[in-house]
Amino acid sequence: MPRTVALIGTDAIAEAMRQINPDVVPAYPITPQTAIVETFAQMVGDGLVDTEMINAESEHSALSAAIGAAAAGARVMTATSAQGLALMWEMLYIASGMRLPIVMPNVNRALSAPINIHCDHSDSMGARDSGWIQLFSENAQEAYDNVLQAVLIAEDPNVLLPVMVLLDGFIISHAVERLDLLDDRTAKQFIGTLMPRDSLLDAENPPSWGVFDGLGGYYFEFKRAQAQAMINAAAAVRKVAGQYAEISGRHYDFFETYRLDDAELVIVAAGSAAGTIRSMIDDLRAEGLRIGMLKLRMFRPFPERDLVKALSHVKNVAVFDRSDTFAGEMGGPLFVELRAAFYEEEKRPQMLNFIYGLGGRDLSRNLIRQAVDSCKLAAGSNERQKRIIYLGIRD
Amino acid sequence: MAKQWDFSRIREWGWREHPVGPVIPEPGTADRYETGGWRSLRPILSPEKCVHCFTCFIYCPDSAIVVSAEKMKGFNLRHCKGCGICARECPKDAIHMVNEAEARGLEKCLLPEEGGTGREQTS
Repeated sequence: MPRTVALIGTDAIAEAMRQINPDVVPAYPITPQTAIVETFAQMVGDGLVDTEMINAESEHSALSAAIGAAAAGARVMTATSAQGLALMWEMLYIASGMRLPIVMPNVNRALSAPINIHCDHSDSMGARDSGWIQLFSENAQEAYDNVLQAVLIAEDPNVLLPVMVLLDGFIISHAVERLDLLDDRTAKQFIGTLMPRDSLLDAENPPSWGVFDGLGGYYFEFKRAQAQAMINAAAAVRKVAGQYAEISGRHYDFFETYRLDDAELVIVAAGSAAGTIRSMIDDLRAEGLRIGMLKLRMFRPFPERDLVKALSHVKNVAVFDRSDTFAGEMGGPLFVELRAAFYEEEKRPQMLNFIYGLGGRDLSRNLIRQAVDSCKLAAGSNERQKRIIYLGIRD
Repeated sequence: MAKQWDFSRIREWGWREHPVGPVIPEPGTADRYETGGWRSLRPILSPEKCVHCFTCFIYCPDSAIVVSAEKMKGFNLRHCKGCGICARECPKDAIHMVNEAEARGLEKCLLPEEGGTGREQTS
């Protein structure tokens, strides 16, 4: 029987980790991720899991240890945030290049400077080309569900890539929410056991991992294979979501739509902002506005074709980005990629970009109304509107 | 028995044919490559001084010490890259390093501190 509980987001992640019972968890604490590894370390101390927990001296070392353990054939998890993810930089590419199915919750937090411990997506968006699958979560329930699914997505033989599960710092990580946990048996059956390939611990067939690609050079071929793995990941995400729906009753896909079918204006967002936006959409609908929402769950791989299909009937799209690319009036990463996805389409919605919530600035309902007003102005005007709007900035 | 990995045609492989991730599934494949080609110093054994203690064997990072019937027999120059650790560690000074070019009967390449450019023509 599923168990309904009230937990902070980090404890929900720790519960998922307890049920996964990973062989190895190397970790280093960083706000707001710390509570995950603290709670999990307590579980290790209490003997609730069989995990070998390694207290590393930095995030670089934590992910390095994770890579070594994964190459040895272990099921491996770690977790991080912001500067910790930035310090893992070198190893992120090695984990994905070595095709190691490591699962890592990243509690989204703004990257310094200035120092800020609150939520935005600049940390994980900075790692968007590192070859990791990236799944966003709207709330603690989704974060918990994503972590369990991430294990099977990562280990799919057609994928074999690391997965980052994203949850908004403090908003999800440190707020108490009601959620349903699978019972331990169901979770364990779902997770199954990892069949290691070319394990470093296989004394009969000792392999070499992470080798020099030779002066002849096969790097290009390995990267092409890695690109294919990411293409294959989309099907795996959908397949695992189907299996998960059977045991949990909760349905996941690349994205979730809300009152989208007849909408003329659609807000696209990822993460906890979706909850606030959803409540605002009900109010705006009551006022007669044909508005809907598309909440992106899977950012990597980017579900380009599905997004185009879902949004092609829409007149105006307001893309909400919780980070900036600093690319010079190009907007946030979600905006850049969604616009690119429509390049070949004959019917393209007008798109505005709202960069919001940097460094944890609240996204209030009033700000969403402001964004919608800007879109209405743009829709009624032939003038080229300012495409990128910093929503809630003190101007 | 370890796996045998046939990579004889690796240069013709397309991207689908390589192992997943940079893995070499068979052990000891480096034995098949000449890794001693960049050696600039060559170890020379003085057999009369050697007591077959195998200190060199333990220290050699390239497994290039040839041992047979529990005796130190010399060096596998296909894999020795001339680091000189054996000469440094030998407790009996039974190993010394000589210029590789000279050992090959080539004209000596002078090091910069010897007044050379390091690019002198070999005979």
